[in-house]
Amino acid sequence: MFARLVYESFRRQKRRKLLAGAAITLGVTVATAMIAVATDIGDKINRELRTIGANLLVTPQEDTLDVEIGGINLKPPSDGAFLNEADLPKIKGTFWHNNITGFAPMLPVNVTLQGDGHTEDITLLGTYFAKQVSFGKEQFTTGVRSTHPWWKVSGAWPDDSSGDILLGERLATRLSAKPGDEVTVSDRRLRVSGILSTGSSEDDQIVSPIALAQEILGKPGAVRRVYVSALTKPEDAFARRDPKSMSGPVYDRWYCSPYAQSIAFQLQEAIPHSHAEQIRQVAQNEGAVLTRIEGLIFLITLAALFASALAVSAAMATAIFERRAEVGLMKALGAGRLAVASIFFAEATLLALIGGCVGFAAGGLLARQIGRSIFNSQITITPVLLPVILTIAVIVTFAGSAVAIRKAVRLDPVFALRGEL
Amino acid sequence: MTENLSHSEPRSAQEVAASRVRSPHTSMFLRMLVRAAVLRRGRALSALLAMVVAAAVATAMLNLFVDVQAKLRREFRNYGANIILVGRGSASLPADTLPQVESVLAGRGVVAPFAMVVARTNDGQPIVVAGADFNRVKQLDRWWSVSNWPSAQQQALVGVRALAVVSPRSQPFDLSFQGHTIHLTTAGTVQTGAAEDSRIYLSLTDFVAWTGVQASTIEVAASGSPEEILAVMHRLEQTIPAADVRPVRQIMEGEARVLGKTRATLLASAVLIILTAALCVLSTLMGWVFDRRRDFAIMKTLGASDRLLNGFFAAEATALGAAGALIGFVVGIGIAAWIGRVNFHAPVVPRFSVLPFVLAGSMVVTLLSAILPIWLLRRVQPAVILRGE
Repeated sequence: MFARLVYESFRRQKRRKLLAGAAITLGVTVATAMIAVATDIGDKINRELRTIGANLLVTPQEDTLDVEIGGINLKPPSDGAFLNEADLPKIKGTFWHNNITGFAPMLPVNVTLQGDGHTEDITLLGTYFAKQVSFGKEQFTTGVRSTHPWWKVSGAWPDDSSGDILLGERLATRLSAKPGDEVTVSDRRLRVSGILSTGSSEDDQIVSPIALAQEILGKPGAVRRVYVSALTKPEDAFARRDPKSMSGPVYDRWYCSPYAQSIAFQLQEAIPHSHAEQIRQVAQNEGAVLTRIEGLIFLITLAALFASALAVSAAMATAIFERRAEVGLMKALGAGRLAVASIFFAEATLLALIGGCVGFAAGGLLARQIGRSIFNSQITITPVLLPVILTIAVIVTFAGSAVAIRKAVRLDPVFALRGEL
Repeated sequence: MTENLSHSEPRSAQEVAASRVRSPHTSMFLRMLVRAAVLRRGRALSALLAMVVAAAVATAMLNLFVDVQAKLRREFRNYGANIILVGRGSASLPADTLPQVESVLAGRGVVAPFAMVVARTNDGQPIVVAGADFNRVKQLDRWWSVSNWPSAQQQALVGVRALAVVSPRSQPFDLSFQGHTIHLTTAGTVQTGAAEDSRIYLSLTDFVAWTGVQASTIEVAASGSPEEILAVMHRLEQTIPAADVRPVRQIMEGEARVLGKTRATLLASAVLIILTAALCVLSTLMGWVFDRRRDFAIMKTLGASDRLLNGFFAAEATALGAAGALIGFVVGIGIAAWIGRVNFHAPVVPRFSVLPFVLAGSMVVTLLSAILPIWLLRRVQPAVILRGE
């Protein structure tokens, strides 16, 4: 009898059930989408923050001081220690290799630029543009195009295996050179593939594939420093602790958290004779910005959950309020309060489950759409969330119906049947 | 309506007649409006509540959307300079450049001058020495991890890597530049993970007295939107022809990207939330109006025209919308201010420009939810409604 009552209620009052179901579906859709966005926003904004540049710098451990002023390094280029280029792919072998979005080695060398009649001492910076690197079976592309996204080239980026170069913007203006021209650098004729604009010291330099710089310097495989771009977690007191002072499990937790400090520590382990450090300007501020944006979206998600809970409650209250006459009839025929209430609650649960499932799927799609249109990448929702969302949907639907059900059950059947209230 | 009539019975007939003579239409209209709200207090209140919540959420979201940009920009100013002035051809800048830059900025940003030379240590090693105004640097480069800022004359701030070269045991040391020697003590160390680590910083007065070299670089952290920053750059170029004004593209582009994405996410969430809230109002109000189909039927039987009926429900809806929007606006401003305090440690300034939008939006939603049921019922015979079918 109970089942039939519920079944018939759904069969005969399709319009009302559809309305209440639609409200629940909508509420769950918004809630799911917002939860998905809130859980993923940290990662997405972190990736956007990487456009500000690398946050870690790897240098040789026993290096002499850099004597760099106005973009010109006065340190003799062969002075000091170097890293070995062959060690670099090991960066992708560290524990947090998935968090490392890219790296770019740098090797500045001093060269003489021979123009018509005059010569000029300038810096030639060897680096990776978009180099294919392999570590084990893994293939990946890395270089300044991913770590320094604000570098703009008019013309074409040189190929990493070629001997072509980029001329800094101000240097090119001085030489009145354009892409396709050839310049003489330390007795080599080099083709200019593009003009580079960075807004800083590179505008006065020549940037070339690293092999060319190594050849000019006469040190194959030499790298002066490596910029590493990694997705990190905002720093806290635990991150700042010295790993040497930690005991086993604490050390493991520190080592396995993506702090800038622990990733730097792992880079140091991976590359022999190296010293890795966070670039504080980038790394420190990133945490602050990230925390603010995450906090904001979290609070807004709370607002969204509240609004959708209210919408569901309102819809349920209205739906039950409209059925007073039915309650009156049931009570007149001898139904107890419990029986009436349980019918309504059963209906509410059924609606919440159906609406919750549909809403969950729709919310997932919505989140994906948001991710694709704003961040150009997917926001996926874990199926683990489904039971959580369904539970919330059922609770909210119950809470929304409770007041209305209480009122309906208390009603004197006589008034209800006469339609007075 | 039935209740309405029965409640007015105690008044004497003359009184009623007199009041009707005075203002025949308006008073009845107003009374119907007020009575409708008072007699069904519960439902009217829940409709009002829904309206208040929707308006509050909309206000808070719009306020945040307008304000969050400014708040986040402030966070991004912690990244330091976004404009750099360099003397043309690496020459020093004229001495009056700093006040000029400050007058262009007019307090909307931080300015710090730097001077730099290559000096030699006692054992002849070259090292970069910079002169800086420490009070300004503290504000501009907040990420510098400094153990102790110099406070007296001839005290130096030594980069962690430079420390090993000049003063490994924190002893006083000498530096020489073009035959002039300066005796320095280490006040503290600076660590940034970048070029600063290999430098020694002196106060600008010490530096100028020692080397005679004036500041050659001025770093500027200008606050404001990208357009405002570009305008500042343009004015700097005009007022200081001796300087090469360069944007720090890395910071400006990163900031623009992150702000753009955050705003887009916020907009998407705002649309979703406002839509949900509006639907909540719609369903509550429609239920309320639908519930009063008997009032509607009685009015119609007593000879009310369609226009009067529409007017009645429209006026009711507008009043509800306006009241809800006003209360909701106040609540929403409160929510936005709270979010600002919790998340950005600065209150979100109330934007009264949002009010007309919230007000208009609320009225549209309430009107829609009042007119829709009336429009559906308009063809139904009053008798059918009154019979309760």
